[in-house]
Amino acid sequence: MIELVKVKKVFNAGNPSEFSALNSVNLFLEENQVTVLKGPSGSGKTTLLSIVGCMSRPTAGRVKLRVLEITSLPERFLTDIRRKTFGFIFQQPNLIKGISVLDNVMLPAYPLGEKRSHLKSKAMKGLAELNIANKAASKVEWLSGGEAQRASIVRALINDPHIIIADEPTAHLDTKLSYRFMEIIEKFKAEGKTVIITSHDPLVYESSMVDKVVNLRDGQIED
Amino acid sequence: MINWIEKQRYIIDFTISSLLRRKVKNFGLLALYTLIVFMLASTMFFTYSIKKEAALILKGAPEIVVQKIVAGQHDLLPVSYIDTIKKIRGVAAVESRLWGYYYDSLVSANYTLLTPFTDDDSTDNTQSSAKKTVVESGSGNQQLDDTSKPLFELGDAVLEPGTLIIGNGIARLRNIGKGDYMPFRAFDGNVMNFNIAGTLSSQSELVSSDLMLITEEGFRKLFGIDKNYVTDVTVAVSNPSEVEMAASKIRKRLSEARPIARDEILRTYDSIFNWRGGMMIVIFSAAVLAFVIFAWDKASGLSAGEKREIGILKAVGWETSDVIQMKFWEGAKVSLTAFFTGVILAYVHVFFTGSIVFEPALKGWSNLYPNFKLTPFVNLEQLTTLFFLTVVPYTVATIIPIWRAATIDPDSAMRFTGE
Repeated sequence: MIELVKVKKVFNAGNPSEFSALNSVNLFLEENQVTVLKGPSGSGKTTLLSIVGCMSRPTAGRVKLRVLEITSLPERFLTDIRRKTFGFIFQQPNLIKGISVLDNVMLPAYPLGEKRSHLKSKAMKGLAELNIANKAASKVEWLSGGEAQRASIVRALINDPHIIIADEPTAHLDTKLSYRFMEIIEKFKAEGKTVIITSHDPLVYESSMVDKVVNLRDGQIED
Repeated sequence: MINWIEKQRYIIDFTISSLLRRKVKNFGLLALYTLIVFMLASTMFFTYSIKKEAALILKGAPEIVVQKIVAGQHDLLPVSYIDTIKKIRGVAAVESRLWGYYYDSLVSANYTLLTPFTDDDSTDNTQSSAKKTVVESGSGNQQLDDTSKPLFELGDAVLEPGTLIIGNGIARLRNIGKGDYMPFRAFDGNVMNFNIAGTLSSQSELVSSDLMLITEEGFRKLFGIDKNYVTDVTVAVSNPSEVEMAASKIRKRLSEARPIARDEILRTYDSIFNWRGGMMIVIFSAAVLAFVIFAWDKASGLSAGEKREIGILKAVGWETSDVIQMKFWEGAKVSLTAFFTGVILAYVHVFFTGSIVFEPALKGWSNLYPNFKLTPFVNLEQLTTLFFLTVVPYTVATIIPIWRAATIDPDSAMRFTGE
């Protein structure tokens, strides 16, 4: 489904601070599977995830999403693919303060111009599924850590993406909430979604629902 | 199309919530912005309207005023000059005038005293009233001609020997009215008491605020002026396009005479109010400059919170153009609200409250400020200029730094917001 061929990513190219985050990475990610990118800090997990999720371009190499070569697409098209294909769950909930949970959840759908009533019912359904529908009108600063995380998951799903990308999702969650998160991931898998997670949390990469673990170190995949 | 409209609605809604989330900062900015627009618009409305008003009133002034000049100074004009002027071809009528100034030390104010008519035999008219000084066959601007106002209106008051008709400014300043007495110190030191027969219409207060109408007899007694002399004469010309020609003929026949055409008076008024308006604008330009610096600072120095917000929006799938559009709406809303509020407040200030804020700087002099309601004249060209001088720079000043922030990689946004 997603194929990376000899992908390289260099930061600050040509400067004394030049840094190579990924070196000739070849990877194939299957559809409807849960893949974990595992490795220590600075191993290139987030960089790889951002390239897979069309958030950044590789310095060299090719990235293919199904049959589409996306490496050289202009930003507009890349954004469109990102918006419709990927749902992002960040390490921190990254919700916008001062507005309601419902508004936060609907944010990724605004540029698509979907009908408000339809969008709202979709968002409410998502919140209900994760048991936070009663918090829809609350401001995000009033949520607990777990509730904020669940709100960010609903936000990631609002455009009904096929691929879920999660960057260190359990880094700020306690064990109970981490298990709860993995249950949600299992549900995604059951719905036929593809999930790509970066983590160095054993609770994640040792989970039974994980189909593939990719070890990264110094910007390369370890066998 | 429906999607596009819906998208704009979402972006506008989000912009409003964005503005409300930073209430103190945005309301502060809005208040300052509105104040700047208010001050500039008030000055513009005021200067433009007062010039229009003055032009309308002065349209009723004599076409030519002839004075006698001695050593470059205004001197009394011999009555014999009137016959000489009357003989000039093209001159329709000549009227003599008696006027002067009287300083009232009690209230530190200067009054203008004028005899509204003379019963001088040398003029070919019968008694001419001040009302008759309205020139019917004006030239040039048709609009001005249609709406020209008399210099002053006597109303029901009758001017008799020993009486005065006073302007509203004087009535207010001295707190006097019809039936009251007003003492004057005559040229020889004697005190003369005049009875107030009435006040002038407030319609023409811009030019009649400090005016006093007095009989010829009273005027001559007060200032000790011989009956063979008058202050100056007014000349009516048969063909308005020949005013210049008539003036040059008067200058030729009477070497000591100085003819002043009405257009010259209009030009003087124009330049006085232009100068005053310009002075105000120069003062305000410092405020505008301070505002531009403030806006630039506000716009270029996006707070960490705002940058974080842009990062999140990009990361969840907003395009650079969506972010710029959102910030554009934000700037446009602040600008337009400030612009329209400022302009409406300025309109109310100038045309309904009599420009209380700028009164001392923009109208009148001495202690006698005319109290009049300006007819609302709004110049679209000036409003457009004001719009381009305030709304456009602000919007541009906010867009450029936003564009820089919005073009960052969503990847950087993720890292910024993530790790």
